[in-house]
Amino acid sequence: MNTPPLDTHTGAITLDDGEMPAILFDKVEKRFGDHVVLHDLDFTVRRGDRVTLIGPSGSGKTTILRLVMTLEEANDGYILIDGKPLTHYSRDGKRVELKEKHKNEMRKRIGMVFQQFNLFPNMTVIENIIEAPVHVLGLSKKDALARGRALLEKVGLPDKENAHPTQLSGGQQQRVAIARALAMEPEILLLDEVTSALDPEVVGEVLNILRDVARETDVTMLIVTHEMQFARDVSNRVLMFDSGRIVEEGKPEDIFSNPQEQRTRDFLSAVL
Amino acid sequence: MNDDNSFWSWDHAIAAFPDILEKFLTVTLVVTIIGSIIAAILGLVIALGRRTAPRPVAAVITLLMNFVRMTPLVVQLLFAYYVFTTVPPIVLGTIIIGIHYATYMAEVYRAGIDAVPPGQWEATTALSMSPGRTWTAVIIPQALRSTLPALANYVISMFKDTPFLMVITVVEMVRQAQLYGSKNFRFVEAIIIAGLIYLVASLLSSLLARRLEKRLEYTTA
Amino acid sequence: MTENFEALWRALPQLVDGVLITLQLTAGGALLAIVVAIGLGLLARFENVFLRGIARTIIELFRGTSLLVQLFFFFFVLPLPPFEIEMPAVFTGILALGLNYGAYGAEVVRGSINSVPAGQWEATTALSLSRTHRMWRVIFPQAWALMLPSLNNLLIQLLKGTAVVYLITIVDLTAELNKLRVQTDVYFAYGLGLLIYFAIAYLLTLGMNALETRAKHRLGQGGKWRDSITTTPVPDMKGAGQAA
Repeated sequence: MNTPPLDTHTGAITLDDGEMPAILFDKVEKRFGDHVVLHDLDFTVRRGDRVTLIGPSGSGKTTILRLVMTLEEANDGYILIDGKPLTHYSRDGKRVELKEKHKNEMRKRIGMVFQQFNLFPNMTVIENIIEAPVHVLGLSKKDALARGRALLEKVGLPDKENAHPTQLSGGQQQRVAIARALAMEPEILLLDEVTSALDPEVVGEVLNILRDVARETDVTMLIVTHEMQFARDVSNRVLMFDSGRIVEEGKPEDIFSNPQEQRTRDFLSAVL
Repeated sequence: MNDDNSFWSWDHAIAAFPDILEKFLTVTLVVTIIGSIIAAILGLVIALGRRTAPRPVAAVITLLMNFVRMTPLVVQLLFAYYVFTTVPPIVLGTIIIGIHYATYMAEVYRAGIDAVPPGQWEATTALSMSPGRTWTAVIIPQALRSTLPALANYVISMFKDTPFLMVITVVEMVRQAQLYGSKNFRFVEAIIIAGLIYLVASLLSSLLARRLEKRLEYTTA
Repeated sequence: MTENFEALWRALPQLVDGVLITLQLTAGGALLAIVVAIGLGLLARFENVFLRGIARTIIELFRGTSLLVQLFFFFFVLPLPPFEIEMPAVFTGILALGLNYGAYGAEVVRGSINSVPAGQWEATTALSLSRTHRMWRVIFPQAWALMLPSLNNLLIQLLKGTAVVYLITIVDLTAELNKLRVQTDVYFAYGLGLLIYFAIAYLLTLGMNALETRAKHRLGQGGKWRDSITTTPVPDMKGAGQAA
């Protein structure tokens, strides 16, 4: 994972084999007060990758997702999306912040599904889904409705179009949240423990939707989850985190069946 | 109302200041402090009464409380003034404002008491504690933690309502400013001084109230 | 007792006028107050320190000085140079009431916006909604339901505050009550007056409770319409609608 220095104005870089990574972390540091969550973190996600981050809580996995979604900003280092800097770039050796306008443009290519769904309670299901496509992407209401309905069909809730989020079960709400995120046709989809707040019986229905998404689209996915079977089914790479560092990484078959590091072994034996 | 064209005259400001400050200390502060004590005690009595009295009595107390709470202090002051003609206006005013604010504080107490977790009551039953001990040793201390900031805010509110007493001839700060104004035909300085004293006192007490709030938060279990 | 009612009958037209003036002051004051409250409440959240400072200053100025100070200032000082603003006494009353209670309202607005759950803000970021858009479509609609109980309290206080405007020559309900007292007696005049004020306050509370129920319905939070028929506007623990 050699990363050339980011000393150009646009900070555009490529990997050795000429392909631009979907996500690149370059010496990223994130602190909350005195507590250092991520230190000198380098990692890459290629386009079309399905990467699962596993590890104990507090290891920094969710922070990574939140940094990509610009819900937090790194204290140092650079994050590149598709080769372009997300929030900061390097000029003459100094770390310079980009303008809000640039960040907004970058943000549009990334979508996120939250553990707590976070559907808007003052809108119906379909209104939740078309809100951003209409007002951010500029789609006409007609096109947005068509897209929204198709997605509702895909997540198995075609008749809930005019329902209120509060009338839906947790599993249904999360499926709507997935549809809402996909309606923006993001290049990168971030999934932050999307089934952790659901009753065990409905976890399956949500994960099946995500399996379909993984199979039928080529969106890059960055997943934080405790559902190991799901991680095995969907990911092509698994990263084990602890205390803000990558402990081990590899293909799911390798990590889950034959972990090399002790830390990984301890963690997996505790959760599996 | 000005006898010359300048907006502000330092001479008049200095001349008006002492009397206004005197009214602040002797009237405004005194009314606020005594009125708050009346309100705090009476408010607690009302809150406890609503909770412990038999249903019909509690309902009447609630109705009376709401009636006083939702009607103007001014009209209540006027009413008392013309009925109790022998009582000095400042005493009357203090009592009426105390009663008026007692109805606010009663609501705050109620919310604070309701906020004490039901488990606390159950524990006192399990330990066979008497009602007296239950209230004084367990419930009220916990209720006070959340009510004190709100009570403090109402005290500050009462402080700013003291000018209403001028309708029953009590000479407090604003009335004093008005008197200076009508005597000297210069009102600007007097009213601004009165306003500044209120502003400074308010800001200081808000800071204190906020510090009190922070202090109480730290001591929660 | 009958003479009292006869006197009341004679005074009825003026009494009605007084009530109308009181209602005008309440409505006008409330309208100005809500505009001021939302304007200052939003301004106080801007990142620009200067704008935030202006909002803060205005809020603290009107919350820190008493309603009567403001009323007298507007009535006696505004007509003088350098302002030289002359306006009918009723407008002066509305101005003072609106600014005073609007400043308290600004704190309520600001607090309610901050109370909207963090997840909602984060979801708007995840969807790349612009700042203005998210406030208009997601945050404020949810904050509205949160702020209504406190705004209700302020509205009742505004109504009570109108009773003092007779000191600046406005002939409102209280002024008429003072006249009625002379023709009848203290108990009758002020007793009746308190009942009228109570009735108005009760109706206002019903209205606000209905607004709150409707706002909650729009957020999918139930609540029976029957529950809105109470006298009590919901008490706010921190006295948010009140002082400091």
